[in-house]
Amino acid sequence: MVELLKRFLGPYRWRAIVGVVAKSVEVVFDLFTPLIVARMIDIGVGGHDTGAVLRYGLLLMALAFVGYGFTLICQHHAAIVSQGMGTDVREALFDKVNELSAAELDQLGTASLVTRVTSDVNQLQVAVALAIRQGIRWPVLAIGSMIAALLIDIRLGLVFLICTPAIAWVFWAVMSRSVPLFRTIQGSLDGLTRVTSENLSGARVIRAFRREDTEEERFRGFAQAQTAGSITVGQLSAFLNPSTFLILNLGIVVILWSGALRVDAGGLTQGQVVAFVNYMTQTLLAIVYVANLVVTFTRGAASATRVMDVLAIQPKVQDHAEGRVELPSKQPSSIPAVTLNDVSFSYADDAQDALHNVSLTLNQGQKLGIIGGTGSGKSTLASLLVRLYDPQSGTIELFGHDLKSYPLEQLRNLIALVPQKASLVSGTIRSNLCWRNPNATDDELWEALRIAQADSFVHEKSLGLDEPVEAGGKNFSGGQRQRLTIARALVGSPHVLVLDDSASALDMATDAKLRMALSELPNITSITISQRISAIMDCDLILVLYHGKMAGIGTHQQLLQTCQLYREIAQSQLVGEGVAA
Amino acid sequence: MANPYAGLGTASATMANVRGDSGDKPDGGLDGGTPMSSREVLKRLSPYVRRHLLALVASFVCAATTVVLQLYVPILIGRAVDTIIGVGAVAFDLLLPILVRLALVIVMAAITQWLFGRFVSQLSNRTICDLRIDAFGKLRHLPLSFIDAHAHGDLLARIASDVDQVGDGLLQGLTQLFSGVVTIVGTLAFMFSISVPVGLVVVVVTPLSVLVASLIAKRSSSGFAAQQQIQGQLGGYVQEMVSNQKLVSAFAYGKRSIATFTDLNQRLRGVGERAQFVSSLSNPSTRVVNNIIYAIVAIVGCTCVITGWPSTLTVGQVQSFLSYANQYMKPFNEISGVVTQVQAAFASARRLFALLDATEERRTVDPIRELPPAQGDLDFDHVSFSYVKGTPLLTDITFHVSPGQRVALVGTTGCGKTTLINLLLRFYDLDGGTIRVDGTDIFSMTREDLRARFGMVLQETWLFAGTVRENIAYGRDGATTEDVVAAAKRAHADTFIRQLPQGYDTHIGEDGGSLSQGQRQLLCIARAMLADAPILLLDEATSSIDTRTELQVQAAFDEMMIGRTSLVVAHRLSTIRQADCILVMDKGRIIERGTHDDLLEQGGFYANLYQSQFANQ
Repeated sequence: MVELLKRFLGPYRWRAIVGVVAKSVEVVFDLFTPLIVARMIDIGVGGHDTGAVLRYGLLLMALAFVGYGFTLICQHHAAIVSQGMGTDVREALFDKVNELSAAELDQLGTASLVTRVTSDVNQLQVAVALAIRQGIRWPVLAIGSMIAALLIDIRLGLVFLICTPAIAWVFWAVMSRSVPLFRTIQGSLDGLTRVTSENLSGARVIRAFRREDTEEERFRGFAQAQTAGSITVGQLSAFLNPSTFLILNLGIVVILWSGALRVDAGGLTQGQVVAFVNYMTQTLLAIVYVANLVVTFTRGAASATRVMDVLAIQPKVQDHAEGRVELPSKQPSSIPAVTLNDVSFSYADDAQDALHNVSLTLNQGQKLGIIGGTGSGKSTLASLLVRLYDPQSGTIELFGHDLKSYPLEQLRNLIALVPQKASLVSGTIRSNLCWRNPNATDDELWEALRIAQADSFVHEKSLGLDEPVEAGGKNFSGGQRQRLTIARALVGSPHVLVLDDSASALDMATDAKLRMALSELPNITSITISQRISAIMDCDLILVLYHGKMAGIGTHQQLLQTCQLYREIAQSQLVGEGVAA
Repeated sequence: MANPYAGLGTASATMANVRGDSGDKPDGGLDGGTPMSSREVLKRLSPYVRRHLLALVASFVCAATTVVLQLYVPILIGRAVDTIIGVGAVAFDLLLPILVRLALVIVMAAITQWLFGRFVSQLSNRTICDLRIDAFGKLRHLPLSFIDAHAHGDLLARIASDVDQVGDGLLQGLTQLFSGVVTIVGTLAFMFSISVPVGLVVVVVTPLSVLVASLIAKRSSSGFAAQQQIQGQLGGYVQEMVSNQKLVSAFAYGKRSIATFTDLNQRLRGVGERAQFVSSLSNPSTRVVNNIIYAIVAIVGCTCVITGWPSTLTVGQVQSFLSYANQYMKPFNEISGVVTQVQAAFASARRLFALLDATEERRTVDPIRELPPAQGDLDFDHVSFSYVKGTPLLTDITFHVSPGQRVALVGTTGCGKTTLINLLLRFYDLDGGTIRVDGTDIFSMTREDLRARFGMVLQETWLFAGTVRENIAYGRDGATTEDVVAAAKRAHADTFIRQLPQGYDTHIGEDGGSLSQGQRQLLCIARAMLADAPILLLDEATSSIDTRTELQVQAAFDEMMIGRTSLVVAHRLSTIRQADCILVMDKGRIIERGTHDDLLEQGGFYANLYQSQFANQ
C-alpha cells in the first residue's frame, strides 16, 4: 500500500492534504457540540438565562453549517484524488499487461489479471476515498471525545478507558474467527461457480452420460457447505452489535451512578454529566466505524499488493532493439528468411525442453511444413518466431538478423501469425482484419478474404465488412473464424506467414483451395504447421518434430526414405494412395 | 465480504452493450414474456420463505422488541439525569431503581438483538441455499436450445450472484426496513409522550431531511448507473484484450489496444468522480440536517425547562430528546439505503425467477417402460428440423442402420451432420418425421433409456475439474479403478496418463487445464469406452489426435465397433473408407449414399470432395 501511494499519490497529494484538513475542522466542531450543550444546561438552564440558551443554540447551528461546508470540500477532493489515482493505476496496469511476455501471462492467468485491472483497482479507490473522508474523522472523533471527557473529569473518564478496549476486543474476537471462515466460504462459492459453468458448457456430455443426478449431488455439496459457513459467520457477527450496545450503555449506567456521587459531593455539574453521556455515545460510535474502516483498508491493502505485484514484473522478453533493422529493399534476396541455430526452449526452468537443439535454414519465398504429434513442440516453435518467448539457448535469425535486434513492433509486422486457436474480438469484420494495418483499404481486405477463402461468406453478410463480430467471434462458425484469422494475418503484406494448424476446422475442399491460393502469393515465406500430412507434403522443406526434437528434415520424398516416423504418419493418413512405401 | 460475482454481471452486461444485443433485457426476461410485478415476485418467493416461517416470525418479533427496548433507554437516562440536580441534591433513592431498570432493559435489548441477528442469518442463508439448489436443478430440465442461446456468464450470474442478492437484499433488507419503520414510529411516540410541542418541532423539520436524503439518493443512483455502464464496458474490454493478450503481442496491437482503453478509462474517471462525490454527500447532508434538528431541540428544550412554555420539561427530558434527535435520522438514512438494496434484490429475483420459470423441455408422455433389448438398430424416417423457423437445417432425412453397421457422415461444414446427433440423443426435438432406435420411436421412451443406448465422443472435449480417474469414470456409474484403467488402455490413453505427475490421480484443471487437445480427446474416448453402449456416436472424434496415436486409437475404435452400431461424423479419410456406408450431406439433405468405392465411381459430390483433398497429388 505504501509503495503504491508513493508511486501514484504524487500528483494528488495537495488535494489529499486539503481534504484531510477540511475534514479535521468538521471533526473539531463535532467535538465541541457536547461541551456547548453542557454550557447551555449549566449557564442557560442553571442561570435561567434564555438569551444564553439561544446564543449557544445558534452557535450549534453555525458550527453545523460551517462544518458541512468543510465536509463538502473534503468530499470533493476525495472524489478527485481517489478516482484520479484509480484511473492512473488502471492505466499503468493495462500498459504493463501489454508489456508482459507470454511466460508471465501463462503464470498469472487471464482471470487474475482481469480482476486486478478491474475489481482490485475499484477496492483501492474505495479505500483511498474512505481514508481521506473517514480515515481521519472517526479516530480523531474517538480520541478527541475521550480527551474531552478526561478533561472534564479524570476519574469518570476511567470508564472510557475500560469500555474502549472492551469493544475493540469484541471486534477483534469476532473478526479473527470470521476471516478463516470467509476463506472456506469463498472456496465453496468457487466450487459452486465451477460446477455450474461446467454444467453449462458440458450439458451435452452430462445428458448423454445421464449424470444429471451426480451433478446435482456435487452442486448440493458445495451449496450446503457454503450455507453452513455463512450461517456460522452470520451467528458470529450477530454478536457485534448487541455487545457494543451492551458495553456502551452499561458504561453509561456506571457514569450516571458515579457521576451522581461526584455531583452530590460538588465535583461536577449536571450539565457535565450529560456531556459525559454524550461523549460516551460519540466515542463508541466512532470505534464501530473505525472497525469498519479497518476491514476496508485490509481489503484495500490486499488489492494494493496484488496490483503492485503485477507492476513489479520484469517481462522476460525485452525490447532492447536500438532502431529498425534495415532490410534490403529488393526481395527475394539470397539471405535466408529464417534460420534456427541449435534452438532449445522450455516453459519452466525445471521442465523438460519443449524444443531441443532445433536447427534449420529456410530460404526466402520457400515453404516450410512442420509436422508432429501432440506436444511435439510445433506451436512452441511458432511462438518463438514472433518472440512471445525467447529461447533459453541458440539463436533465431530473420533475414540474417537476430530476432532480438528487431524492435518488437517491426518484427511482428514482418511475421504474421495465424494462431491455432481462432479467436476474434468484438467489433466488426473490418476492425478484426485491420489489426496489422489500421489503414488497410477495402480492396486490400477483400483480397485477403479472397485468399483466405472467406470472401463468399462475408459477401453474404448484409453489412459485408462492417458485419458485427461478437466477443470471441461467437457469431461465426469454427471454420469461418479460422478463415477470418488467416485473412487477418494476410492484411499488411507480411514477409513471413506462420500458419499454426489453422485449417483444422475446414472441410477438405476448402482446405485444398486455401492451400492453392496461399501458394500463389508472391514473395512470401510461409511456415505451415499441421497434423495432416496432406497439408504439408508439398512444402519445399518439411520438419518432423517428436517430443521437441528433430526427427527428420527434408522434402516429402526424402523423408519417406529417411524418416521412419514420417513414414508411419504417411501410412496412417494416406493408406492406399500409393505414396507410402 | 466482497461479492466474487460482482464482475460477472457487469461483464455480461458489457457484452450486451458491445454487441447491441437485446438478449439480456434489464427486466431479466429469458423467454421474452412480460416482467413480473413485485407482488408476483413476493408470491413466487413465499414458498421458500414459508419453510423457515418460524425464523421469519421470530426475527420480526425480535426486531420490534429490540427497537422498543432501545428507545426506552434514553428515557431512563433522562430520568436518571433529573435525579442528579446539584451539590447535596442528588436523589439516590430514586436513582438506584432507575439504574437497575436501565441495566435490565439494556441486557434484554442486547439479547433480543443478538437473537434477531441469528434468526436473520438462518433465514436468509437457508433460503439462498434452497433457491440455489432449485435454480441449478432447473438447468437439467432446460432444452439445450435454451442453454446454447443464452450467454453462460449470464446464466451463471443468475445462479450465483442473483441468488445472493435475493437472500441478502430482500430478506435482510425487508427486516431492516421493518425495524427502521418501527424505530421511526417508536421514536415519535416516545417523543410525544414526553412533550408534544417539542415533538412537533422535530416532526415539522422531518420533511426537510427526507427531501435532502431522497434528492441525493436520486442523483447518486443515476451517477452510479452511468459509472456502472462504463465500468462494465471497460471490464468487458479488459477481459477480451487480456484473454487475447498473446495475439495482441504477436500482432503488435498493444498501442491501439491501450489507446482504446485509455479512452474508456478517462471516461470512467469523469463519471466516477461525479458519482463518488454525489454519493459521498448523503452522510454529511443528513448529518447537517440532523445537527440543525439537534440545535433546535436543544434551544426549545432548554427554553421549556426555564420558562415552562410551551411545555414543562426537565433537564433529563431534554437529554432524552437530544438522544432521540441524534439517532432520529439514522433510520431514514438506513431506509433510503435499504430501498435501493431491495430494488436491486427485486431485479435479481426477477432474473432468478425468469430462469426458474423458463419453459422446460418436453417430457415423454407415458413412456414405454418395457423396451426391446438393445441391438443397435437405427432408423431415420423423413426427419426434418430447423433451429430457426423458416430456415430448415435438415430436410427429409431417411436412412437405416442395421445392428453392427458403421456409417460415416460426410459433407461440408454446416451441412447438418452434427445436428443429426443432437436429434438422435433428443437434445433437440424434431419438426417432422420419426427416429426409431431398435424399432421404438425415440419420443415414446424416456430420455434416460434412450441415452443409455449411446456412447459418444463429441467434437468439443469436455472435462471437469477433478482427477483423470474421475473424468474417465464419468462414463459409467460405479466404475472401479480397474474398469477405468482397462478403458484407458483400450483408448491408448494409459501410457500418457502414467507419465502425468500423479498418474490417474492427477488433478486436471477446469476444462482440461494443462492437458493438450489430443490428450483431452483421448480421455473422452476412454470415457466413451467405459460407457460400453451398443451404439457409438463419434463427432470428428479423431480430427485433432496426434497422428501417431491416431493409428492406435483407430485400432481401438475398430475393436470397440465390432458388434456395435456406429455413426461417425468424419473428416478423416481412413475412417470414411472403412465405413459400411457413407452418407454424403449437403445443405441439410442426404445427396449421395454408398461405400467409398461406389461413390467414387458415381463421380458426384463425394468424388469431387475426395479429389479436392488430394488435389495436389
